[in-house]
Amino acid sequence: MSAVADRFPEFQELGVEVISMSVDSQFVHKVWNDVELSKMVEGGVPFPMGSDGGGGIGKVYGVYNETAGVDVRGRFIIDPDGVIQGMEVLTPPVGRNVDETIRQIKAFQHVRKTQGKEVTPSGWTPGGKVLHPGEELVGNVWKEWNPKDVYGKKA
Amino acid sequence: MPEQPVKCTVPAATVSPVEESSALPAAEEKKEVKRMGVTVAMKAPDFTAPAYFKGKFTTVKLSDHLGKWVVLCFYPGDFTFV
Repeated sequence: MSAVADRFPEFQELGVEVISMSVDSQFVHKVWNDVELSKMVEGGVPFPMGSDGGGGIGKVYGVYNETAGVDVRGRFIIDPDGVIQGMEVLTPPVGRNVDETIRQIKAFQHVRKTQGKEVTPSGWTPGGKVLHPGEELVGNVWKEWNPKDVYGKKA
Repeated sequence: MPEQPVKCTVPAATVSPVEESSALPAAEEKKEVKRMGVTVAMKAPDFTAPAYFKGKFTTVKLSDHLGKWVVLCFYPGDFTFV
């Protein structure tokens, strides 16, 4: 959570609200913020830390683990119409990558701004090659885009 | 997000059920096992949850943020290591 809190200004610049959610009570959230997270992020956690005691919300979102009684690491990107555009669910030992969350938000915002006329291929980052879906593109993506354009630089 | 009086009982969250047929196109009207959980292109189920925010006990309601992008992050628990 501290990683998300640390990058909160970037979320704000993108007009994104952040809500965190675990089965812990508000009281535990407060103490975790006060004794630990505020030492990693100046001013403490800048977004609401929701409390899902009993896991009712996690169950509906499909991220509640009955055996452990906790919500697993599930991250949902929800658009301004309240529609889920992206989701990522991880088991507890592996943390998320905030860079990737921000990249996906930028890509979804780009697609939304162009009303789907421009779509973002694998590994897209702002300024990168976009594709224009249409009859002419069928079977011709290879003329427009090559995975090495994005990933080749790592080779 | 109204501030809430601090009581001894822990307040509970409320959540709307997944809207049926919010994801599948109308043509696909197969009645199968009712799935638990959501998927992409579905309406995010609304919820109201007790929250801690900037020193105060309050509530957070997803639908209050309609019109804005939201990142909702579930995690296994406070004081976990990752």
